Amino acid sequence: MMRIGVFVCHCGENIGKTVDCPTVAKEAIKLPNVVYSIDYKYMCSDPGQNMIKQAIAEHKLNAVVVASCSPHMHEKTFRKACAQAGLNPYMCEIANVREHCSWVHDNVEEATKKAVDLIRMTVERIKFNFPLSEIKVPITKKALVIGGGISGIQAALDIAGAGFKVILVEKEPSIGGHMSQLSETFPTLDCSQCILTPRMVEAYQHPNIKLYTYSEVDNVDGFIGNFKVTIRKKARSVKENLCTGCGLCVQKCPIKKAPSEFDEGLANRPAIYVPFPQAVPNIPVIDRTVCTFFKTGKCQMCKKVCGRDAIDFEQKDELITEDVGAIIVATGYKLYKIDKKSKDAAVKGYGEYGYGKYKDVIDGLQFERIASASGPTAGEILRPSDKKQPKKVVFIQCVGSRDPSKGFEYCSKICCMYTAKHAMLYKHKVHDGEAYVFYMDIRAGGKGYDEFVRRAIEEDHVKYIRGRVSRVYEKKGKYIVKGEDTISGVPVEIEADMVVLATAIVAQPEAAKLAQTLGIPYDKYGFYAEVHPKLRPVESSSGGIFLAGACQSPRDIPESVAMASAAASKALVLFGNEMLEREPIVAKVNENTCVGCFYCKKVCAYNAIELKEIKDKKGNLVKVVASVNTGLCQGCGTCNATCPSKSIELIGFNDEQIFYQIKAL
Amino acid sequence: MSSHSNAKHKERMTLADEIEELTGINPLKCYQCGKCSAGCPVRIFMKVSPNKVVRLVQLGLDDEALKSETIWMCAGCLTCSTRCPQNFDLAKFMDALKEIAIKKGVITRKDILKFHKAFLKQIEANGKAFEFGLIRDYKLATFNLFQDMDIAPEMFFKGKIKLFPHKIKNRDAIKKIFDKANKE
Amino acid sequence: MDIGYYPGCSLTGTAKEYDQSIRRVFSELGINLVELDDWSCCGATSAHATNHLLSVALPARNLSLAKKQGLKEIFIPCAACYNRFVVAKYEMEKNPGLKKRVEEMIEEKADTDIGIVNMVEMFQRIDKELILAKRQKELKGFKVAAYYGCLLVRPNSITQFDDAEMPTSMEEIIKLTGAEPVDWNFKVECCGASHSITNMNVVLTLSKRIIDDAAENGAEAIIVACPMCHSNLDMRQRNISKQDSQHKNMPILYLSELIGLSLGLDKESLGLGLHFTDTEPVLSRFSTAIVAKE
Repeated sequence: MMRIGVFVCHCGENIGKTVDCPTVAKEAIKLPNVVYSIDYKYMCSDPGQNMIKQAIAEHKLNAVVVASCSPHMHEKTFRKACAQAGLNPYMCEIANVREHCSWVHDNVEEATKKAVDLIRMTVERIKFNFPLSEIKVPITKKALVIGGGISGIQAALDIAGAGFKVILVEKEPSIGGHMSQLSETFPTLDCSQCILTPRMVEAYQHPNIKLYTYSEVDNVDGFIGNFKVTIRKKARSVKENLCTGCGLCVQKCPIKKAPSEFDEGLANRPAIYVPFPQAVPNIPVIDRTVCTFFKTGKCQMCKKVCGRDAIDFEQKDELITEDVGAIIVATGYKLYKIDKKSKDAAVKGYGEYGYGKYKDVIDGLQFERIASASGPTAGEILRPSDKKQPKKVVFIQCVGSRDPSKGFEYCSKICCMYTAKHAMLYKHKVHDGEAYVFYMDIRAGGKGYDEFVRRAIEEDHVKYIRGRVSRVYEKKGKYIVKGEDTISGVPVEIEADMVVLATAIVAQPEAAKLAQTLGIPYDKYGFYAEVHPKLRPVESSSGGIFLAGACQSPRDIPESVAMASAAASKALVLFGNEMLEREPIVAKVNENTCVGCFYCKKVCAYNAIELKEIKDKKGNLVKVVASVNTGLCQGCGTCNATCPSKSIELIGFNDEQIFYQIKAL
Repeated sequence: MSSHSNAKHKERMTLADEIEELTGINPLKCYQCGKCSAGCPVRIFMKVSPNKVVRLVQLGLDDEALKSETIWMCAGCLTCSTRCPQNFDLAKFMDALKEIAIKKGVITRKDILKFHKAFLKQIEANGKAFEFGLIRDYKLATFNLFQDMDIAPEMFFKGKIKLFPHKIKNRDAIKKIFDKANKE
Repeated sequence: MDIGYYPGCSLTGTAKEYDQSIRRVFSELGINLVELDDWSCCGATSAHATNHLLSVALPARNLSLAKKQGLKEIFIPCAACYNRFVVAKYEMEKNPGLKKRVEEMIEEKADTDIGIVNMVEMFQRIDKELILAKRQKELKGFKVAAYYGCLLVRPNSITQFDDAEMPTSMEEIIKLTGAEPVDWNFKVECCGASHSITNMNVVLTLSKRIIDDAAENGAEAIIVACPMCHSNLDMRQRNISKQDSQHKNMPILYLSELIGLSLGLDKESLGLGLHFTDTEPVLSRFSTAIVAKE
């Protein structure tokens, strides 16, 4: 016989104010099979939990209904308490009388009645519950890190340092990401490459890290602890095992004028190239779109000069599969471009700033290259059009950011700081130059950040003007910048030699595609979504997949590194277990009645339905039925609702349970 | 919910409420970046910048906003509305301020209003604009008798200004439109 | 091809030549302009600056006239009228309450499904080959600035015409005459038309900046598609000259006049004699030599 206990929580005033809890407890005891009921101010507190434990022992309860907040909050707490008292945790159910009742009503009488209804329904349901035990799955203690920027490098080093293997995949020919392009870093002005390159080399040399550069993740199957990943190693046209990185091929390549990605188009590179001198690995790649041999079948200069015979024009993309238990996504960001977009595009370009047609109207990364010692001007501030030193530079913030009309509603977060840095670097290098910054608000919330901006203003005399620029146009070699100083209410017109736009941080163009491959959610801008913005900021909603850096939202270096270490520690928490325990709320197929229509497979969002062959004793195939991969199944119930022959049930939410729950209403 | 739309329940409507009712524009949408003022072609002729007029409305300094010459100086070129990052139709906002100022009788640039009135008077009477009548009425109203005296004769001889108006047939319909518009 | 035609008040007076050239050019190109019978003023700036309802109702009356007269589209050469019509249509579509009030005012059903076509769009519809085939004269090497002003391209979300900041469609038409459109800065800057009479100083300042920038970028003439722009840039150059002795006259031509000239139409019938700023520098640059078509 079922002996049910009902525990009614006041949740302080949250429930108690609208629901008359003592009355509810009194009503609950009248329900069939309920042998005990009580109300208490905070059921989730230690004394509250002890009340449940005691009642289980004293009244020989074999089922517990807690009328409280959402099961998302405290289902685990109460089930654990039940387990400690010797009851199977799945014999404990929650009747949500807070989110579903007290918070959404104000009439005490009605709300009290509804609370009783909700409890009655749960009581009827629990009569069909049965003990369940957690599912155990093995874990592959190896991680995949997607993206070899500072976030990916940091995450890989942390996991590798803990003694686990890491696969680091980078789509460009070298790791390093955007940080390798930067000149100095705020707020300390230390050289970006000087602090980054040791990390790059460390990652390259680490015995636990396997590096795949010029590679992309093509496919991901499996589930937490047990992913199977397909990596596409793109044809580099250079044999990595033979190349010594001598650079002769790069020197001799007759093509010299392909725009350099690393220098943001401000300098050129050959068709066979290493993106930058400190590249890791120091192995060139042939850009087949510009290589003469690939275009005309002639040349082969690189092959001729290579002493190691490392050039391989025949090389094909290679598909490699790896088993991993956790995935860290660290794919970073791109900068918004102001060029003209198609008419129906949600994001527009900035015609008022020239749609990118003015050579000396550049973006933040281009300025980084100009200011960088490794850049096209060797760190001398020269404008792109005529290589002259600009005496007046205007920096414009929020281009595409905080602009729902043309760009994005969000704040790109890092621009205030890097613009202050740019203006400061400019003033340090061009002593008689003038730097103007047009801003809307200065967002410098970080350790030493506001002090840094004040230094730019007070000590380096960067002129900050509060207002958005309306227009930039070229007139006799100058760029006319039309603004308004909204503090004084005075129109401002500056004849600048160069204009630097702090354009918005945007998601990688392929972000959505990768998210679909991984099965992780993303927002309307293409940034990956975390499970909880405060309490689970580095976890995606797919188990075992974690987020690091600017792929989740605009982030600066300190934040990206912190996030990377956090994501690594999440992977390590997983690797700390031998087996993975997970809830037994999964679908189950009745193989006797399943007719193999596989509607369930079509609707399953988690690829959890597999085909299973049923054979007779002689080994002849009788039929093919659906089978649930309990590792992948998330217990959503879609298959259960879809199955035409009612051959799938969702354990813990079977048809009887739901039917009697509704019937009780 | 924005504070001023709550204020609708108050006895006296604020200027912000009136503008929102007339145009559907929520004055609080403006985040005061000043891009409107930066690109305004007539900014140099204004004492108070366009974004400041919005600010005055946001702060509830209704009289200052209505009295500003800026609302009359707006050329209606729509540059601000086109470039506004917040999709705030400032040109429409300025029109609404003029409309309210006229209703309240707070007219800082009487000459400009006289021009509009003279223009509309011709349309009300004839159904079409009539330059000679317009100029005549405007000059009489403002005593600005000598402006454009240099080009006027040539315009007349080129047939660009006629002494008598073109009248449309169904002037009744126009009259009704004006009557109803003025009643609102 | 038949299309409704709404000249607007300016084209019956100060911009007579615009009307003349349009009628001549389109008849030459085989387009029949059906003038809207008993059309009335759109209300212009004076209506929208003082009375929003009036500014919607006046165009609405004309739209329902067009519907009654069986017109599906109306060609509106005046950029200001064009803008008032497009905006009135848009506002009535977006706001059914407003539409209802307007219908009460005009005592007719308000029609928002009539197409509105501006000057540049009219030329875009005509087969380029036809214009080239009919071309009698060429403007080889003559540099012109295409001036759009405000109201063709703004508000772009409503007019949906070309690009709000860097339009290029007028240039494409101009190229058919052999002229070379220059790249310049002020093609969508305001000339201050609404202050034409009340604040002449505004107009002179703005118009001068526009003409100067065109000249600095090598333009020998400015091509417009709006009677307001034309009257400011053309008529007010005299006042500009008075203030600035260095000012060099810049001929201001309507797009229809320019095309008309290249079609070999005589300057009188196009109304070039009605300009205030001499157009002779343009006329003299037309060469009659046309390479025979294969």
